[in-house]
Amino acid sequence: MAAASDEFQARIDREERIEPQDWMPEGYRRTLVRQISQHAHSEVIGMQPEGGWISRAPSLERKVILLAKVQDEGGHGLYLYGAAETLGVSRDELIDAMHTGKAKYSSIFNYPALTWADVGAIGWLVDSAAIVNQVPLQRCSYGPYARAMMRICKEESFHQRQGYDIMLALARGSAAQREMAQDALNRWWWPTLMMFGPSDADSIHSSQSFAWKIKRYGNDELRQKFIDQAVPQAEVLGLKIPDDDLQWDAATGHYRIGAIDWDEFQQVVSGNGPCSRQRLAHHRQVQEDGAWVREAVAVHAAKHRAGSDGPKAAARNSDTAQEGRADAAV
Amino acid sequence: MSLLPAVVALGDDALVLGQRLSEWCGKAPLLEEEMAMANTALDFLGRARLYYGYANTLGGRDEDGYTFHRDAREYTNLLLFELPGADFAAATARQFLVDAFDELHSAELANSADATLADIGAKVHKEATYHRCHSAAWMVRLGDGTDESRRRMQQALEDVWGYRQELFVNAPAEQPLVEQGILPDRAELRAAWQEAVATTLAEATLTVPAASWAVKGGRQGIHTEHLGVMLAELQHLSRSHPGAKW
Ligand SMILES: [Fe+2]
Ligand SMILES: [Fe+2]
Repeated sequence: MAAASDEFQARIDREERIEPQDWMPEGYRRTLVRQISQHAHSEVIGMQPEGGWISRAPSLERKVILLAKVQDEGGHGLYLYGAAETLGVSRDELIDAMHTGKAKYSSIFNYPALTWADVGAIGWLVDSAAIVNQVPLQRCSYGPYARAMMRICKEESFHQRQGYDIMLALARGSAAQREMAQDALNRWWWPTLMMFGPSDADSIHSSQSFAWKIKRYGNDELRQKFIDQAVPQAEVLGLKIPDDDLQWDAATGHYRIGAIDWDEFQQVVSGNGPCSRQRLAHHRQVQEDGAWVREAVAVHAAKHRAGSDGPKAAARNSDTAQEGRADAAV
Repeated sequence: MSLLPAVVALGDDALVLGQRLSEWCGKAPLLEEEMAMANTALDFLGRARLYYGYANTLGGRDEDGYTFHRDAREYTNLLLFELPGADFAAATARQFLVDAFDELHSAELANSADATLADIGAKVHKEATYHRCHSAAWMVRLGDGTDESRRRMQQALEDVWGYRQELFVNAPAEQPLVEQGILPDRAELRAAWQEAVATTLAEATLTVPAASWAVKGGRQGIHTEHLGVMLAELQHLSRSHPGAKW
């Protein structure tokens, strides 16, 4: 066993990719299941705040772009559930764990999307932060996760651009629109900074994840990278970052920020965010409403498994999800 | 000039169903189907933009003018397209009836004497054929699934059945265009539609509903009460900021 785990670490150190059939320490598997499923749940729960604005988008073009964006997030959820399933857990089990509060999703989605400008702010800030977090994950030691992240990262830059473009239109618009944009930035700025997680010194999962090359950069380092990108972007928009202590530090070449309210973060992480209950209740309700459909799919597939049209029907069912895993879900 | 209202009407059909389908985002019974419904919604919204864009070149408003700045009485979509379809059985039954119609209608539209409509028809035909395969597969899966799913699908069909009649009526404004070979003759599509629907329903072990009732009025702007509510949600932001750019 010691030999196996030494060899495993040696492979990681050589930057080899670990694949599902390979031997891996139980802790490595558990860490990945936790991280990948949390990531998958975040993509899916993250559809709610923006998805709620598709029906109300202020132009037909914005409606179409937003729908395509939110659809992408669902696709990301599918890639990631697929990656998690390679570790021997089913999507149903993962979703149950979220419903019972055992598995988390990103706290950012527990804040409400109150105006159209929030849709812009989410795309600009939240998707930017996601990109900063996700780019290094393309080199994660676990192959299926790394490959899912490559597909996801390709799509994320469009998400960020559509969000920034919404903000730009508002910033150049009427006084009411500018006010809407500033208000959204005020509300989304700090929660976005919290997306990177607690300071590395306080982070419980960090050191082993570094050794396993699941994680390659510290939370503070990634947060700083995001801040350095976002501050000049806010300047272009003519919007004020809601932080009186924000200043350029010429010595380090970075922006310095004021103190993050980690008590608020703890509250939201422990399920007491403004929308925490609403987001989970919605997800549970959808699962319940769709139970008869999933049951019928399973029964139909079982009836026709022997017949020739079973696989054909399953293939049609999963047209956009090339993985063809519609049946795996039921 | 009589082409304009006919083109807008086709745009309205696509827009209201695109909106209905997009309401499923975050609510579908399977994540895979959520992706598929969003694709279909994007196709219908894309179609609306093509028709409205053409209407604009014919001297009409722009796409947002049509979408956001008309009241329900000015919308001329057929009623079938605006029904809420708020549970998956109702959404699926409506979608199947629409897709089966669109596949036939677009095949004819692709031969329109009007070049722009012929182009749109060809594009729609590709999409509609695909959509019909997808929604027919769902009819079969749910009709021939559990007792509960069959009961739900049969009920959904009964509830939507009377709205099919409008599909086969040429509105007065459309009649001359039918005669000029610009628009398909809807009355002529009925037989093929009935056959296509009956074939799928048989495979789905569902019964073709008895055909005694019909609700009409969409092309005249006499809608269900649902449309006004849908438009209130769809239009409120745009209308709250007159003249704003987004
Ligand atoms: Fe995503
Ligand atoms: Fe995204």
